[in-house]
Amino acid sequence: MENLAQAPHGKPVWIAAVGGDSAYRRRLLELGFLPGVEVIVLGVAPLGDPLQLEIRGCRFSIRKAEAELISITSAAAIERAEVAELKRSA
Amino acid sequence: MTTPIVALAGNPNTGKTSVFNRLTGSSARVVNYPGVTVEREVGRIRLASGEVEVIDIPGAYSLTARSHEEQLAMRAVFGLDGERPNVIVIVVDATQLVRNLYIVAQLLEAGHCVVVGLNLMDAARAAGRAPDVARVQKALGVPVVALSARTGEGFDSLRATLAKVLAEPELGQNRLRFDYPAALEADLEELLPLVDAASPSEARALSLWSLLSLTEEDELTGISQALRTEVRALRKSAAAAGRDLDSEIIATRWRWLDGLRLAVQPAVRVVSMTERIDRFVLHPWLGTLLFVLVMSALFQALFSWSEPAIRATEHVFEWLGDAVRAYSPAGVLTDLIVDGVIGGVGSVLVFLPQILLLFFLLGFLEDCGYMSRVAFLVDRGMRAIGLHGRAFVPMLSGFACAVPAIMATRTLERRRDRLVTMLSLPLMSCSARLPVYTLVIAAMLPRDRHVLGFIPIQVAAMLFMYVFSTVTALSAAAIIGRTVLKGPRIPLLLEVPPYRLPRLPVVGRQMWLRAKSFLTEAGRVILLCTIVLWALLYFPRGPELSKVYSARIDAAPPERAAALQSELATERLRASYGARLGKGIEPVIAPLGFDWKIGVGLIGAFAAREVFISTLGVVYGIGQGDDANGRLLRDKIRAERRPDGPHRYSPLVGISLMIFFALSAQCMSTLAVLRRESGTLRWPLFLFTYMTALAWLASFTVYQVGTALGFG
Repeated sequence: MENLAQAPHGKPVWIAAVGGDSAYRRRLLELGFLPGVEVIVLGVAPLGDPLQLEIRGCRFSIRKAEAELISITSAAAIERAEVAELKRSA
Repeated sequence: MTTPIVALAGNPNTGKTSVFNRLTGSSARVVNYPGVTVEREVGRIRLASGEVEVIDIPGAYSLTARSHEEQLAMRAVFGLDGERPNVIVIVVDATQLVRNLYIVAQLLEAGHCVVVGLNLMDAARAAGRAPDVARVQKALGVPVVALSARTGEGFDSLRATLAKVLAEPELGQNRLRFDYPAALEADLEELLPLVDAASPSEARALSLWSLLSLTEEDELTGISQALRTEVRALRKSAAAAGRDLDSEIIATRWRWLDGLRLAVQPAVRVVSMTERIDRFVLHPWLGTLLFVLVMSALFQALFSWSEPAIRATEHVFEWLGDAVRAYSPAGVLTDLIVDGVIGGVGSVLVFLPQILLLFFLLGFLEDCGYMSRVAFLVDRGMRAIGLHGRAFVPMLSGFACAVPAIMATRTLERRRDRLVTMLSLPLMSCSARLPVYTLVIAAMLPRDRHVLGFIPIQVAAMLFMYVFSTVTALSAAAIIGRTVLKGPRIPLLLEVPPYRLPRLPVVGRQMWLRAKSFLTEAGRVILLCTIVLWALLYFPRGPELSKVYSARIDAAPPERAAALQSELATERLRASYGARLGKGIEPVIAPLGFDWKIGVGLIGAFAAREVFISTLGVVYGIGQGDDANGRLLRDKIRAERRPDGPHRYSPLVGISLMIFFALSAQCMSTLAVLRRESGTLRWPLFLFTYMTALAWLASFTVYQVGTALGFG
């Protein structure tokens, strides 16, 4: 699976899971970094780190090391998961 | 009846401060949280229902906390350090509504009485993404008021709503209760008896808070051991069962928020002004160029633009001193008032131009949104020395003066980052060291030698001092961060806010508050130290002078009288306690190549580094001050000989002295400000000890190795 550090710049991707150290992960979750949420990597700082991203209409900077802990997925996979979820709840 | 309390909470970058200022007007004053140097503002306003107290709560994305600073917001909301707020106004950025609502959900869940202030409504309308106020109010079930702190829109309505909600608190409560997974509900049952709470919903909220906040490495205080133990046990068993506690809680809250469908998306995703500006500002080389330009301007401002104001301050106090002296009888009291008190107040006020200028520029850059970009641009470099990108500007300001630079570390959120920055930036070569280097280089280094054949040695020496100080300051930051202030590595999470026009009232207000706190708190210490130093170099006033000066001065023609005056000053200084101290420390500084005269200069330099020159001037009996005297002093120092012939102050002594000045914490104002900003005496003592030890060792090594190699 791909992670956010490998995501193409300027194109939407979707969060599959957020991993990593507990306090930082919790902070990301609270800011709405949750599975299924759209993220766009806007670019990278001139010195090669950190990344700048857009999520839920807000922009944040995180370092590549942390972006590597956020796994991403394609739109199709998200749709499949949503359909499965709907079926399960129905 | 006690005065009701209205607390202002919300995410960072929502314009909460401007809302506070609009609401409280001029009634606000700054107070410190008990025991920590985190400031908060308090004001009183009159509503239809009567007088209320308005308090400002530190900006936070969530009540969940890891650090002590983050805990403050939560403790203030729950009234754990004082009185519980009657109403909480949550200031929300209307342009980024949904992200801001997480903390609203937390407060509603806790059963707090809440009023939502949708700030920046004018900007949201302009961007075509203004939320529908009635809909938001219906979804959240509590009063929502559209605000614009810039235009003043909605403040009458906010005041009216507050009066209504204070009279009828149920209006602001919605008794929100999330459906957490059954296993989590069972966990909460275990925690409920362990938290102190006023109501069942608050107990539930505090249990959830504990479950999310308490970890092995949190820095929270005032948590009972029983609660910690239980949370640890619950987290452990949850992990064993393959459950993800954080997700269970947070995702449930977000599912509710997302279900409200309050996100306002413009029909077409327009490229915002911010994005267009950032294409330039964050461009690999255009952005870097802009960064260099902005930072150079900031540095230039601190270094040279403040100079006329500093000069003017000095002149005013000199003039004031002369005026007082002219109209008072000569004597100890007049000297105390002129040299001790007036001089002391002058030595405090002389920092004001740089402080005002730095905080104006800092506030301006922060408010328009560029400061976050600075942190973004330099993060990679600052990380190498273990610091946050936001530490860059304070570090850079250290080249001008450590006093405003230490005050500028407030832009850093974590106390640890602030301390590391404050403890290393005094090594940056500040502008007060410059005149010392200039004198030493002119007086002790050879004039006609070159480095590499073409760089005059005096230029090379000056350049070397700047490089040397930068390297030592950066190394000190790296070392202190890994030893004395070792802490868990906190990953970067930096919000990049949209650009906004800086609000001059906000910037001006912050600037004024900073200046005021410097004058009233650090200023007092600096004044006291100035008087003590003055007394050291003034007393004793015994009669055992070599001649009766006063009669001779009266009798002598003017030009002779001036010479006699300075002769008298020299003799007095040489007999002072300060000089005795200088002679007393001679054995300690002799291995560095310094004699007692330099020792006295070093003691005098405590008032401010450049005072080294005037103190030395008096030691040599040529008065203090102007350029002609400066040259005279240089020649005197050059002319000093050892009994056996060679120069007393060889180039090696000069290098040793400059190294000493570069490294030592020879500045009481820095120590006073550090005490004020760190809240304890411990850190200024640490700074003084480590820098003095470093300075001594470095100068010792330079002088002794140099002597052994035959450069003495």
